[in-house]
Amino acid sequence: MKRQLDGFIYIGLGISLLLALFLSPFASPHPDGLEKVAEKKGFLEKGESWKIWKFAPLPDYAIPWIKNEKLSTALSAFVGTLAIFFIVLGLGRLMRRRGRVT
Amino acid sequence: MHIPDGFLSNSVNAVTFVISAGACTYGVRRVNRNFGEREVPLMGVTAAFIFAAQMLNFPVAGGTSGHFLGAVFSSVLLGPWAGLIIMTIVLMVQCLGFADGGLTAIGSNIFNMGVIGALGGYSIFIFLYTLFQKSLKGFFTALAISSWFSVVMGATAASIELAISGTSPLKVALSAMAGVHAIIGVGESIITTTAVSLILKTRPDLVTCYVKKEVFHEKTA
Repeated sequence: MKRQLDGFIYIGLGISLLLALFLSPFASPHPDGLEKVAEKKGFLEKGESWKIWKFAPLPDYAIPWIKNEKLSTALSAFVGTLAIFFIVLGLGRLMRRRGRVT
Repeated sequence: MHIPDGFLSNSVNAVTFVISAGACTYGVRRVNRNFGEREVPLMGVTAAFIFAAQMLNFPVAGGTSGHFLGAVFSSVLLGPWAGLIIMTIVLMVQCLGFADGGLTAIGSNIFNMGVIGALGGYSIFIFLYTLFQKSLKGFFTALAISSWFSVVMGATAASIELAISGTSPLKVALSAMAGVHAIIGVGESIITTTAVSLILKTRPDLVTCYVKKEVFHEKTA
């Protein structure tokens, strides 16, 4: 059972990483639903006036020092997908451990 | 649907932050109570898939794009509280790591996509699934309808927040947001039902909501 689950995790993660790496550069570049509405209804600039968090390592899903846009998007998607997996794994372990005697 | 800094007023962000924080605190407790060795990596892989899939914007009418949300998807796989926690972590990483969604609006984004999307979407799912007497067809019908609603309800919540904040009048924001998200929601339904049906075919034991009945019988037998 344990082994089967491991298999599913690897396959699932593998599919996610492949999607991130190979499809994200070809995603639609159009603004999303909210951005489009903001643009049409004239309140988009309100969101661009200031930003409180300026330390995002990969702003707008791009690696700042990679000039090739498609490569930059693909790699940031890959890094993000892998990072999310390990962050949830870490946080999940913390959540599980707290208050549980094992 | 990620709201940036500057769209919403501080009071709206504060109220949604308190609600989201409360829901997450309770959610962590529920996950803590029910989850063991087995579910944690499943949460990880579900979150990774949602993050990757959210980057794949698909075009919808009029120079607009939409992307997968994954709130109902994660809730149906792992339960609504785990779904909420997964959405929350994805949103926080997107905000802090990728500058997608404002830090001041994080409470609102978690509220719209986690509390409304996951908990609200799941409520609709389970209501319809029960209504359809838990048949296989009923399962997918409930899944398709509830994932559509999760996107449209999230967009509706966002419009109400925009209106209360004085950014855009409710009538204007609501019709525009609900209109475009009604189309994006169709994409959400297609991706959710396809992904869940693939998992159901290969590993039916991993779809928490679907197998509950059978697992129950197995255990009591």
